[in-house]
This record gives sequence, C-alpha cells and structure tokens, in this order.
Amino acid sequence: MDFDLSEDQRLLKESVDRFITDQYGFEQRKKYMREPAGYNPAMWDQITEIGLLGLPFEDTLGGFGGGGVETAIVMEAFGRGLVLEPYFATVILGGGLLRRAAPEATLGALAPRVAGGKLKLAFGHVERHSRYDLADVTTTARKDGSGYVLNGAKSVVIHGDAADKILLTARTGGERRDRAGIGLFMVDPTSPGVARRGYPTQDGLRAAEITLDNVRVSAGDVLNDNALPLIEHVVDEAIAALCAEAVGAMQVMQDLTLEYLKTRKQFGRPIGSFQVLQHRSVDMLVALEQARSMALFAAVMAEETNPIERRKAISAAKVQIGRSARHLGQEAIQLHGGIGMTNEYAVGHYFKRVTMIDQMFGDADTHLAFLARHGGLFGRAA
Amino acid sequence: MDLNFTKEEIAFRDEARHFFRTAIPESIRAKVAEGEGLTRDDMITAQRILNARGWATPNWPVEWGGQDWSPVQVYLYQDEMQQANCPSPIAFNTSMVGPVIAQFGNEEMKRRFLPATANADIFWCQGFSEPGSGSDLASLRTKAERKGDKYIVNGQKIWTTLAQYADWIFCLVRTDPAAKQQEGISFLLIDMKTPGITVRPIVTMDGGREVNEVFFDNVEVPAENLVGRENKGWDYAKFLLGNERTGIARVGNSKAKIARIKELAALEFAGEQPLIQNARFLEKLAAVEVELKALEMTQLRVVSDERKLEKGKQNPASSILKLKGSVIQQQLTELLMEVVGPYVMPYQREFDGKNEPIVGPEYATEAAPMYFNYRKVSIYGGSNEIQRNIIAKAILGL
Ligand SMILES: Cc1cc2nc3c(=O)[nH]c(=O)nc-3n(C[C@H](O)[C@H](O)[C@H](O)COP(=O)(O)OP(=O)(O)OC[C@H]3O[C@@H](n4cnc5c(N)ncnc54)[C@H](O)[C@@H]3O)c2cc1C
Repeated sequence: MDFDLSEDQRLLKESVDRFITDQYGFEQRKKYMREPAGYNPAMWDQITEIGLLGLPFEDTLGGFGGGGVETAIVMEAFGRGLVLEPYFATVILGGGLLRRAAPEATLGALAPRVAGGKLKLAFGHVERHSRYDLADVTTTARKDGSGYVLNGAKSVVIHGDAADKILLTARTGGERRDRAGIGLFMVDPTSPGVARRGYPTQDGLRAAEITLDNVRVSAGDVLNDNALPLIEHVVDEAIAALCAEAVGAMQVMQDLTLEYLKTRKQFGRPIGSFQVLQHRSVDMLVALEQARSMALFAAVMAEETNPIERRKAISAAKVQIGRSARHLGQEAIQLHGGIGMTNEYAVGHYFKRVTMIDQMFGDADTHLAFLARHGGLFGRAA
Repeated sequence: MDLNFTKEEIAFRDEARHFFRTAIPESIRAKVAEGEGLTRDDMITAQRILNARGWATPNWPVEWGGQDWSPVQVYLYQDEMQQANCPSPIAFNTSMVGPVIAQFGNEEMKRRFLPATANADIFWCQGFSEPGSGSDLASLRTKAERKGDKYIVNGQKIWTTLAQYADWIFCLVRTDPAAKQQEGISFLLIDMKTPGITVRPIVTMDGGREVNEVFFDNVEVPAENLVGRENKGWDYAKFLLGNERTGIARVGNSKAKIARIKELAALEFAGEQPLIQNARFLEKLAAVEVELKALEMTQLRVVSDERKLEKGKQNPASSILKLKGSVIQQQLTELLMEVVGPYVMPYQREFDGKNEPIVGPEYATEAAPMYFNYRKVSIYGGSNEIQRNIIAKAILGL
C-alpha cells in the first residue's frame, strides 16, 4: 500500500495548484462570474494550455491517459478555487462518455477537439420525475433510416448552455425504468427541434433545460444504442471527481473558519479561545479527514471493473462526502456568525457548492439506501 | 394535570383560526407558505388588519392596545397565526420597541409612538449589533454625545434587518465612555430620515436583501428621543430580549412547513411511488415531527409557568425553546430540499419580472435559498452558542 503520488502526479498537482493560487482567488472568481458566459473564456484557454482537457484520453488522442487519481488531483484543486469553467461537464462527463461509450471512430474524431479546447460537452440525463435514477428515461428515440428521431426533455443539464454538443440519454426500447434500451446520443443544440434555455445554478455555475421536438440524429451521432452500464461507470467516475472537488471546497471552509477563530475577538479575546468552539472545529476536521479518505477510496475504486463493487464503493464515498460536507459547511457558517451569511464573504459560496454537489447524481441518503440494499461494505460472520 | 384545552380555549382557537384564514389576504399567506419575501406593503397591510381587531399587540399593556389574554391564549394566537401562514406582526414594532416604550418611556413618548407602532404607521428596525459587537453586545461603540437638547450620534450598526424599509431605528448607543461597559449605554430612538444616516445593503448568500449596514455621521437626535434614563439602556435591552418568551420556538411555523412538505412530497416521485410513500423519507420526517411535538409540549410548560414569573424576567427555559426551535426549522428546510431533488439547483431569483417560465416545479425555486437563509436562525437573536452559555449559567449553575 502506498499513498504517495508518482512523480507525474506530483507535477500535475503542482501545476494545477499554481493555476488555482494565481488565477482563482475569490475576488478574481467574482469577476469571472460576471462574464456573459458565466465563466471566463480566458481561464478556459489556460486550462487548455496546462493540458487538463485531455486528462481521460490516451496521448495518441491529445491527452495524457489520466485515471481516478489524476482526476481527483485536478478536481480537488478546482474545488478550492470553485472553478466556474465547464471542465466537469466537458472532460469528466463528456470525455468519459466518449471514452467509454462511443465508437472508436467518434472518440478518435472528437477527443482531440475536446483536448484542444475546441469542443465543449454536457450530459443530459435528469428528467422531470427521474430524480436520481439514470434508468428512468422517458425521452424517446425512434429509429429513422440509419439515424433516430428524438422527443422529450432533459433538465438541469450542467453547463448545457456552454456546450457545443450535448450528449443525452433517450429510450430506444423497453419500458420507462428498464435498464435495457437506453441509448446515448449526441445532439447539436443549434439543430432544428432543439430548444435550450440556460440559467445560473445556486452555486454560481450554469445549467440548461433542453427540449427535443422531433430532433433528427444521424447515424454518426448515435454513440450507443444500449448504454446504461457504460453510462453508470462514467457517472461513478464523475461522482468520484465531485467527491474530490467537495474535499477541496471543505478544506477551504475549514481553513477560513480556523483563521476566523484566531482573529475574531469577542469578550476581549479571540473566539477560538472558547473551548466549545475549539471542539467544534476539531469535529469539523474529523469530518474533513473522513471525507478526504473516502474521496481517495472513490478515486481508486472508480476504475474497478466489477460494477457492483465499484458502485458500492462510490455510493459509500458519496454518503460520507454528503454528510461531512453538510456538517462542516453548516458549522463553518455558524462559527463565522453574521459574516458567514453574506454573499461578499467566501465561506457561503463554498457552502452552496457542496450543497449542490450533494444534489448531483444522488444525495447522501439515496446512496445510503443503495448501499444498504446491496448488503453494505463489510461481510458477515459465517 | 390535563393536557386538553378548556372549552373556552378551544373556542378561542377556532376563532383565531377562522380569523387568520379569512381576514389576511390569500396572496400574502401564499408568499409566506412558499418562503417568498414579503414586500413592505404586505407586512404593513397584514399588521393593520390585525391591529384593527386589536390583535397586532396582544402582549402590550391593555391601556396601550394589549389583550388581557392568558399565556395559553397567547400561545394559541401565535400557533394559529403561524399555521395559517399569516405574517407575524413586525417584530421590531410589536415585540421589541413597543414593549420597551410602554414599560420605560414617558407618557409623551408613549402617546407619540405606541399607536403608530401598533398600526405600522412607523416601521421600526433594530440597531443593536455592530461590526465589533455581536455576541458581545455590551462592547458596542456607536456613541451619542449630549450637546444641549440634542445627542450627536456617530458610529456604525450592522446586520440591521429591513433598515431599507424602516422609518425609525431604535439603537443602543454609548453615552458614557468612562463607565463600565454595561453602564454607559442608552436606548435612543432615531428617525431614519435624519441627515447623516446612510444605509448600505448587505446581500446574503441566498441572494436575499434583508440586512444592512447603517452609518451615523454626526446625526442630531433630539434629547427627548431618549427612552427612560440615560445610561440605563442595557437594562431595557435585556428587558427587550427577555420579552419574547413564547413564540421564539416558532412551533406553528414548523407545523406549517411540515404540512407543506407533505403536500409537495405527494407530487414528487422516488421511483414508481410518490415520495410521500417512501418509507425512508417518512421516517426522517416523522423523527422531526417527534422533536417538534416535544418542543410544543415544552413550550406549553414554559407558557403555563409564565404566570408565576415576575414581568420582564426571562425564564431561562426560553433558551431551550430557541435552541431546539431553530434546529427544527433548519432541519425542515433540509427535508424540503430533499423533496424537490435535482430541481434544487436552478437559481431563479434573477428571473423575477423577466417573464421567463419557471424551471421545474414552481415550489422548488425557494428550497435552496430557504435552506441557505435559515442558517441565520441559529445565529441571530443570541447565537445557539450564547443560548447554551445562558442555559449553563442560569439553569445548570455552571
Ligand atoms: C440575518 C441576520 C439578521 C440580523 N438582524 C439583526 C438586527 O435586525 N439587528 C441587530 O442588531 N442585529 C441583527 N443581527 C445580528 C446578530 O444578532 C449577530 O449576528 C449575532 O449576535 C452574532 O454576532 P456576530 O455575527 O458578530 O458573531 P460573533 O459574535 O462574532 O460570533 C461568531 C461565533 O462565535 C460564537 N461565540 C461568540 N462568543 C462566544 C462565547 N462566549 N462562547 C461560545 N461561542 C461564542 C458565536 O456563537 C458564533 O458562532 C442579525 C444577524 C443575521 C445573521
């Protein structure tokens, strides 16, 4: 067992950390948020230059073949900066889907464009009543010659308004919640029949509603006509990435709170001298370290090929992250008093981000239920 | 012991229930139910309807428009009002400055302010906290210097809720810098239109605009606006904070939230079933309901003990109500987020007036902002840490 990073991973970490330190201060981020796109295109270019957009792809495709650990390194740093650019949607979701679920030729054609910053992607899977069930798909795909015609709607498509192409699920066969018959399609948001409406999310990022009215998809844009197990693997990788991001955000909340306890004075002394607040920040630290451990576990287990083992591990991590982040986030606000409630101060923004992460791909309790249904993590005595 | 209400109490409850559900405009009650902010006009409209019946200020002395109600009646009044999603009368007016003026002001001041305060002809805000003085309120530094028949006020208040709506502000100011902290503070009423006052909004993390900074730059205040005696303001402030013995737990409010959560959970699906049939969800909700019932019983115990307490003395058990009540309110906002699921994410406040259709179900829009915003209830009015300090000292004798 070895928790050390390899030389390459260490270099990756250094360059991402430097980018966040130099370019992603809280005040800088506020400016980026006011850009028309809701993020800063110049930052997108920088992320491209550092080479982060090629993370999941092989070097022959313009990438560097990063896995769970590399993803976690990048996402944890992005969590510290609360990065606004559509990295998660494009690379982790979009890139992951191309890599795992698209035909070789499509991957070969698109991966270099993603890696070069020329193609932004998003993944539409939520529907009005699907909640967190990826198999609950009512959007239909009707065979039409060599392609398909799509009808339906996708909600809360993360960074859907920035995307040049939207990957989405639609039913090629079977009943509403059947695991079989879920296709993965690539849709150009400007093509006839597609309506897109972008909006900000609670955490200052962006999402979109997408409606599909007799949208024709040519054979080349049909990525897979029965894709659910592959999609699930990508979503597990995405959850692991979100866990790492949440750990980065939690670390900042912890640091800000600790700093505040040392500097804020009431009753003639730093509030950090009150033992009750010392214990509270110790409990925050415990929550953070438990979360960090499970984010690592998730990063490694995201590559596990046995789907049930993988999904259980990822669910366990999502539970821990959800609970730790809620506890730590609420305490961070509380220990700041009034200032923690404001939009001008950083801590609330981190709090909002981890709250939204809990809502993505299943909240803590949804994953706890999944884990319980599958017998938990440890075996029973014979 | 009898846990049942008497016939008279039940009759009163039914009367209150009917009144709140018929007299207060439905449009205002819907906003409260949905957690949407009320406009200044909404608050004033609701308060005037209550006041016309003598129900805006039941806790005031009878001669100034109060009601000679038993503590149980006061409880029922609040419970029914909150369950009906009727806005509470403006707290700064009716539970803060009004009772202080009624208790410590002179006759002239009472005549000048009390009727207008009851009827919301004056909208008050509370200028206590300062940047350096939150939990440690007695360290406040905004100073008022006596010059002839005026005070000259300089300094800054912060977190002043709804100062943007307010006509007047009641302030704690330092009038004797040499005295011991608590002994140099006075209670001053200041017209917000006086030259030298600047209000700067502070946006909260949910995007709300309810708190402000208020700056005082050589603000001239007539000496007659001093409440009671100079340098006795701390006593009045303690009286004010101790006055809200009941209602602080907002039990009725939480009941209304539970009713709404159940209503909405019937509309949202978890798999093939509506969420309201999901056993895990129901258990979580039921667990909060148990806590709320216990809190209601505790509140009723505090209420019926109240008869035995000297007026203006705080029952330390009211800190228990604040502690539990705030946490329950916060837990319910978490459950509401859970009900709406992924539709928690869109931020829709900027769309106001833009005529765009709402993303997702309309009731989802306030779920996350309410969760963020309700973090405040364990911070203001004496943070939950300070409440625990009070309980440790006053009840446990530690
Ligand atoms: C939304 C909102 C509305 C408000 N409205 C008003 C208003 O209208 N008028 C007004 O005057 N004020 C108002 N307040 C201010 C409120 O009363 C203060 O925020 C509160 O008293 C806490 O003070 P602070 O924010 O300075 O935090 P601090 O006092 O700095 O506290 C920071 C943290 O330290 C803890 N702490 C402090 N002292 C101790 C101790 N001795 N032991 C243990 N823990 C301690 C606190 O509990 C808190 O967790 C409002 C606040 C908010 C958030």
